[in-house]
Amino acid sequence: MSDSNFVTFSGVFAGYGGGDVLKDVAFSVPKGGITTIVGPNGSGKSTLLKTVSGLVRPRLGEIMFKGQNLVGLNARQILRLGVVQVPQNHSLFKEMTVEENVELGAFLVKDRSVIASRLKTIKEMFPIVAERANDKAGALSGGQQRLVEFARCLMLEPELVVLDEPSMGLDPKTLKVMFATVKMMNEAGRTVLLVEQNARQALKMSHYGVVLENGHVRLSGSGHEVLNHPEIGALYLGGALSSSPASTAPAESAGEA
Amino acid sequence: MSAMLEVRNVARAFGGVKALNGVNLTVEKGSITGLIGPNGSGKTTLFNVMTGYVSPDAGTVTFNGKDITGARPNAVFAMGIGRTFQMTRIFSRITVLENMLVATQRPESWLRGLTRSMSSPEELETAMEWLKFVGLDGKSHLEAGSLSYGQRKLLELAYVLVANPDVIMLDEPAGGVNLTLINEIGEKIQALNEQGKTFLVVEHNMEFVMKICHTVTVMHQGRDLCSGPPAEVRSNPAVLDAYLGGGDEDEDEEVPA
Repeated sequence: MSDSNFVTFSGVFAGYGGGDVLKDVAFSVPKGGITTIVGPNGSGKSTLLKTVSGLVRPRLGEIMFKGQNLVGLNARQILRLGVVQVPQNHSLFKEMTVEENVELGAFLVKDRSVIASRLKTIKEMFPIVAERANDKAGALSGGQQRLVEFARCLMLEPELVVLDEPSMGLDPKTLKVMFATVKMMNEAGRTVLLVEQNARQALKMSHYGVVLENGHVRLSGSGHEVLNHPEIGALYLGGALSSSPASTAPAESAGEA
Repeated sequence: MSAMLEVRNVARAFGGVKALNGVNLTVEKGSITGLIGPNGSGKTTLFNVMTGYVSPDAGTVTFNGKDITGARPNAVFAMGIGRTFQMTRIFSRITVLENMLVATQRPESWLRGLTRSMSSPEELETAMEWLKFVGLDGKSHLEAGSLSYGQRKLLELAYVLVANPDVIMLDEPAGGVNLTLINEIGEKIQALNEQGKTFLVVEHNMEFVMKICHTVTVMHQGRDLCSGPPAEVRSNPAVLDAYLGGGDEDEDEEVPA
């Protein structure tokens, strides 16, 4: 297994019974980096992530991860291999405490002492988990819940973290914290595969970018290449980067004032 | 310009949490008014109070000088106030086009809506035009439940526009939508505004807010923190602190190798 082929998709076709959403998808996710998938609404981004985590089974094709084909494995088997997904919608159990929610992330681990030691590490990485440990998860704001979901997914010490639009619904200040947290998880050794509509900001922090268009990979390359590709910029990133200096990230706009 | 929608000293608590704590908001006739604020500051609750989904503990909502506090959602809609939801509410078991045709029935009595079986050719045409605008014309015959999250948001936007209300309240229209389409939606809002439509927009995408809004109200902890032209609001230190976060904009320029 080479490091540049940590996860390799080849000839993946998948859908929900009414025709294929993914049509012959092929690309690789390199180990140790952040890979961001961008593309228009309905291009198959969420479906692609679901094929990795076993929630959608491809009709054809292979998804190789650490020498194993993920196609045909169920979600639990894929979790055991070290692939954890944080879904698009908020998924905490609102009536349970923050700490209980995070502990649930380790549901495949039987040894209480292992869970306790991981929880301790997680609390150091995510102060919110320590500060709000005994509060009901439903009492947290949307952004705080997102961070707790990140914390929970790390309880299995995954090698690959899959995030489906983590910025959804977050205010600008929380957005910065969220992106910084993704970076931190990556620096802590997790390979990250994410889908983002907040594409400019996501590509800026990404090592690799993939453009999905109508179920096909239109372009893949470094995050920088995708960000600066004139055609992709015009189609999906709100204008080509060079010709549109006004299209800056919210944080930068705030800074000019 | 005169005030079309006015919110005065509205309060609403859920259990011990004061979601709204004496908020004021004015939407001038013919304006595009922005409503921004951190996650959990009460924006969506305010929308719910204004459209009759939640009744306030105190305070008033007036529309064209008439007190509409506590009016039912269908009555508010019939008066000409349309809205979208942050978490979309579409009919998932009927087709995309049928969803649109349901929305065209606003100006009629409920009985007429129940008894008629056909939509007029004009209604069909308008519905298809709006679907085309949001890029869903090719999906008109599909069950709405088969749409992706982003596409559902777009359907909801088309749905409220086809109903042709006088005031259009949008809850995070840019959330989960690709950046190029966000720009197109912004341009469409501006064009409709020039034709006389009034807009109230909740949105976290600051670039979008700064570009299209004439005036912006910032909410924080259930109250209005300040109101004014976008540029003025953006440079308000209290807004920077509560909402935008400041000081680290250089970080966004970083591109990993």
